Amino acid sequence: MLEPINVSLESLNLITLAPMLVAITGGLIILIMDLINSKLHKSLYVMLTILILFVDFGTVLGLNVNERGFFDVMLIDGISIISQLLIIAGSMIFIPLALTSKRFHEYSYPEFFALFLFMISGFQFMVASDNLILIFVGLETASLSLYTLIALHNRANSYEAAVKYFTMGALAAAFFAMGSAVIYALTGSIELYKVAEVLSTRLNETGLMIAVFGSSVLLLVAFAFKISLFPFHTWAPDVYEGASAALAGYMSVVPKVAAFVVSIRIFGMYIDLGIEWVRWTILILAVITMTLANIMALVQNDVKRMLAYSSISHAGFIMAALALDTTEGNTAIFLYYALFMFTNLGAFTMLWISRHKVRRFDKRYDHPYEKFAGLIQIMPMGAVVMGLFMFSLAGVPPFSVFWGKIYVMQAAVNAGYIWLAIVMGLNSAIAAYYYLKLVVYMFLKDPVKDVDVVYYNINRPLMVIVGFATAATVTAIFYVQPLVSYLYYMISASGY
Amino acid sequence: MENILSILVFFPAVAGLLGFVVDKESARAYGITVATIEFFLSLWLWFSFDTSNAGMQFVEMIPLIPDMGISYYVGVDGISLFIILMATLMTLIGMVSMSITKNIKNMIISLLFLEMTMVGVFVALDAIIFYLFWELSLVPMLYIIGAWGGPLRVYASIKFFLYTFTGSLVMLVGMLFVAYIYHNLTGVWSFAITDWYALVLPVNYQLWLFAAFFMGFAIKVPMFPFHTWLPYAHGQAPTIGSVILAAVLLKMGTYGFVRFSLPMFPDASVIAITPVAVLSLIMVVYTAMVAYAQKDIKQVIAYSSVSHMGIIMIGVFAMNAEGISGSVFQMLSHGIVSGALFMLVGMIYDRRHTKLMSEFGGLASVMPKYAVIFGIMLMAAVGLPLTIGFVGEFLVLLGFYQVSPVMTIIAGSSIILGAVYMLAVFKKSFFGPITNEENKKLKDLDRRETWSLIPLVAIVIWLGVYPKPVLEPIDNSVKAMLNFMDEKAITQEAKDMIKVAQSSKEVK
Repeated sequence: MLEPINVSLESLNLITLAPMLVAITGGLIILIMDLINSKLHKSLYVMLTILILFVDFGTVLGLNVNERGFFDVMLIDGISIISQLLIIAGSMIFIPLALTSKRFHEYSYPEFFALFLFMISGFQFMVASDNLILIFVGLETASLSLYTLIALHNRANSYEAAVKYFTMGALAAAFFAMGSAVIYALTGSIELYKVAEVLSTRLNETGLMIAVFGSSVLLLVAFAFKISLFPFHTWAPDVYEGASAALAGYMSVVPKVAAFVVSIRIFGMYIDLGIEWVRWTILILAVITMTLANIMALVQNDVKRMLAYSSISHAGFIMAALALDTTEGNTAIFLYYALFMFTNLGAFTMLWISRHKVRRFDKRYDHPYEKFAGLIQIMPMGAVVMGLFMFSLAGVPPFSVFWGKIYVMQAAVNAGYIWLAIVMGLNSAIAAYYYLKLVVYMFLKDPVKDVDVVYYNINRPLMVIVGFATAATVTAIFYVQPLVSYLYYMISASGY
Repeated sequence: MENILSILVFFPAVAGLLGFVVDKESARAYGITVATIEFFLSLWLWFSFDTSNAGMQFVEMIPLIPDMGISYYVGVDGISLFIILMATLMTLIGMVSMSITKNIKNMIISLLFLEMTMVGVFVALDAIIFYLFWELSLVPMLYIIGAWGGPLRVYASIKFFLYTFTGSLVMLVGMLFVAYIYHNLTGVWSFAITDWYALVLPVNYQLWLFAAFFMGFAIKVPMFPFHTWLPYAHGQAPTIGSVILAAVLLKMGTYGFVRFSLPMFPDASVIAITPVAVLSLIMVVYTAMVAYAQKDIKQVIAYSSVSHMGIIMIGVFAMNAEGISGSVFQMLSHGIVSGALFMLVGMIYDRRHTKLMSEFGGLASVMPKYAVIFGIMLMAAVGLPLTIGFVGEFLVLLGFYQVSPVMTIIAGSSIILGAVYMLAVFKKSFFGPITNEENKKLKDLDRRETWSLIPLVAIVIWLGVYPKPVLEPIDNSVKAMLNFMDEKAITQEAKDMIKVAQSSKEVK
């Protein structure tokens, strides 16, 4: 007869689950409220989502560093805390974009907000575990919600985007599952710390390298899809174009942060084990990604597609920092995203408030460059602010992205990769050209037509968000220090 | 007033922000008032400056990002003091003489922000703060060229931006590497230039770093193979854009060499003397010849400005007190003279809407005041004794003579070549009979134009006759720098090359 299994509640350390449970409960509350009264306005749900995320944020802040819980599948280390904070903060600043003056289909459904919260809990699971199965569950929860959120935009090309993203995402999931299976077959474990232990003892066995190669290539493909690295980046521009600007901006930050955390855990482990070709593969992919995406961005006719390619290029930039596998490199990843987030929020919000129901400037695109021509004459403040975001993205000091860039480059120099720093510098120069293109249209050209209504979708809440993003972009120099020291402390505390 | 430098940097920026509120009609008066206050603040800086002290003065240091070693660190010495004065003066005079009426408010705000970045570059003692202002200066200039320029303005402004941006990103990597070495040696992160001065680097590191910084500075100067952006920028820019560009922005490059390259990499600088001198000579002679071939007055002045920047570069790499002091002085004289010449061309362009020499002729009889001032500035540009242009040029040539007499003779030919093309301009436009009917109706300079030029004429003659008050503080700081370089140099060749002046040589 089997002994009954006794699990003490104490040993489960359920507090580690609290942040995700907050988000899930919040989503359920929203669904229940809709059942009770289906006439509630979206502004209520937006505010409720922010409040739930606020509680979530607080719960994460209260966690102790380096704890495990829930049958040891939850791992609360420094990285998982800062990435959760980043994910929640990013979600908090992007969700108010739902408060548009015009009615958009998706926001009239409370399910949008419930799905949004479920997605966040998925991301949180993803970053707060080193168990490949739980990571997979988190990844799929988040991705499935995200596909639906994109499709809810209710336009032909948002369906296309959702289906494309779904197909690619499913493929990536399959690669992830296969990679994990190889790891399990190799080491008999799916917990990364055990995998690392087993691998380090068996690393000089003959034939093992082939299996390691198989697992890491499969996993690399899976994450290259998620992070949109070359040559798996092709979905990104179409998906960004199809999704609403608000969601596109969100996608260029938050899901990537989650994917980067898992990448740090997996590929950082391989690099730590001394498997140099993993590092080189990542470096080469990263360099090709940033260069190619920059060149592609040069020839775009649509601002949103340009920003999509630019965020691919930024992802390549950060991926290079990952390959360094130093504490500074890992700090750079989070610092870069934390700073990039505000500027990107601003840039995509500016697109979002200039969104028309019908395409008035071009048959194919929502935001062709012509739309912004001569903006300085029509709406000087809007043009100045948008120009500011473009200069920030281009890495002109003292705006926020510059500090991320300089930190990444410093990390590369410190790790002895001076050529990488130079490649990054030259890429920033290429990138400056396409950001300038928009600046040139806004400041140096004359308006085309009907220009008085460029900012069709504007209202006070969106203006507040833009103001917030501007302030965060301009004053970056003053909060970089506390941010860096906190991130560095948390990352070195968790041993990366 | 220990914090006068911060006031100098941020006063125009705050004024620029507040300028958004000022009404369009009053924007110009607002701009001139702000620029005047800024100029008086910089005069105050000069009067409270201790001319006998060769080191950094009015130093302020506020740590901004200690974990990365970045701090707000500013100070001024004899080398930077007068460039700051020139920057504030030229902004003020440029604004007074400005004839633009379209979108005047945007122009004033851009100029005020530009003034902040210009002053910022010259007072920064932290490499990242220097880089910050350096890059930021591109943005208002991009807008000024692109919005008020000629038909090819967009192309010219983007070319200007991308050229400088690319070069300075390579320089940024160099800065990060220096910081990394500093951290390796001392365990502390620092971007402070004064800390970096203490680093003694192996020669091969110096050479690489010199090359990285060279990319940033040489494009800005602009040195010979990288100079192609400048004629476009000048050709398309509005008058005020050309004035600021020639007077101040180009000086950032040569100032960078004096502030960074020489004291940080003395051995590499000595090795680089010949290549840099050859490039500079090509720059001097080739652009002088190109200038002669131009039909457009503004292009002549643009190319002559490149040619004179070559003289400044030669002086910087003379590695002795005469050469470097002379080239710093030449920076000032070039700023004032070429700024004034661009203003003069702008004035005739406002009247005739053409800058082609063939359209003019006999202007001296219709516009006597204009012709006189143009003539004085032209003589100063050529380097006639008793004008400001002579002092700098003479010192530079005197200094470089100790390095290589042959090259000095070639460089000296620039005075003759300069006289050739400048006098050709003067002859074609001002002398002879009036061939073009339209020129007969031209009005001479009005009061505003005259009064914006007279201070410059006064300075040109004053500093030409009696340069001592300006030259002495420059010389003090340069000598201190040379002493320091000499101590720091590792190789014997460098020690031999760097001449430490024992007694100060008086000019005139």
